[in-house]
Amino acid sequence: MIRLFARALLASTLALSPIAVSAHEAGAKPAHGAEAHAPAGPVVTLGDLEISGAFTRATLPNAPVGGGFLTITNKGAAADRLVSATAPIAKETQIHEMALEGDVMKMRQLTDGIEIAAGETVTLAPGGLHIMFMGLNTALVEGEKVPVTLTFEKAGTITIDLAIGAAAAAKSMGH
Amino acid sequence: MAKPLSRLRLVLWVVVAAFAVTATGLYLFGATRPTEAAGIGHGDYVLTTADGQNFTRKNFNGHPSALFFGFTHCPDVCPTTLAEMTAWKAALGDDGKDLKAYFITVDPERDTPEIIGDYVAWTDFVTGLTGTPEEIAKATKAWAAFAEKVPLENGDYTMDHTASVFLLNRDGEFEGTIAFRENTDTAIGKLQKLIKG
Repeated sequence: MIRLFARALLASTLALSPIAVSAHEAGAKPAHGAEAHAPAGPVVTLGDLEISGAFTRATLPNAPVGGGFLTITNKGAAADRLVSATAPIAKETQIHEMALEGDVMKMRQLTDGIEIAAGETVTLAPGGLHIMFMGLNTALVEGEKVPVTLTFEKAGTITIDLAIGAAAAAKSMGH
Repeated sequence: MAKPLSRLRLVLWVVVAAFAVTATGLYLFGATRPTEAAGIGHGDYVLTTADGQNFTRKNFNGHPSALFFGFTHCPDVCPTTLAEMTAWKAALGDDGKDLKAYFITVDPERDTPEIIGDYVAWTDFVTGLTGTPEEIAKATKAWAAFAEKVPLENGDYTMDHTASVFLLNRDGEFEGTIAFRENTDTAIGKLQKLIKG
């Protein structure tokens, strides 16, 4: 049972920290396939980009962070880049990559964002690329939605809803 | 003169040979012993449960255990592993009735007993453990687990950490690991083997 509890976090305003843009190979990481169980969001189009399967996960009690996951397909002839993400649910939102090195999980901020090459699809998924919500000012509750604003180098800015799935691995918790 | 000298030489060689055999024997004996004396997880660390109770290596005795090193500012691996450990327990049914699971924070500065306790409470299964930075460092070292603070741009930090689950037998001795996102059937097979001893 997920125990809901009062959070004494100060309601913080959007921290719109611009993330540096420069040429850098971010590369797509393969998805883990866990998103198969995630709530399916609608497909949203922004210029040449198609954004789909956007979700986040319910937070555990006291969890001050969360991850945002989605798939971006570039149908255009030129590469684009996800340069920043912001969300009212967190003090700060960053673009991160995590990777297992041996048996050690390492997480790094991608200050240059994520490139989506022409004709390519990049998936942000558990265990790999993700949008990192830091300093959550609210608990994320399964079944609800939270907005996140994505800014792309060429396609511009769009606000989409992330469906909130189960707490972990986008798997049913089997209560 | 020549004869006593060569006899002395012979005696000295015998001494050298005997010394070499003894030294080799001691080395081989020594090389096998220390692993037992300083096995994985051994150490005098004193951790703290959510209730503020001391938790030492002895608390692993008497039941099989699954042990994970994580932290609450962990977006993915830690919630996933907590959920998986809880699902394994459910899948084991009666076989897993004395299986216990532990979540040791690698971030004792932020994860107080209360915070870590709330973080795992929903599982009704996993025990959260924290401690002073010194005791946590002793425990991670004892388990040969990796934990390192990684500063972020905003002055905040995250932790790189071992993502495997350690398996302990009823004597509290290390028996193996389950890798992050290991196939569920494989993981349950390892736990069944652990439980049967």
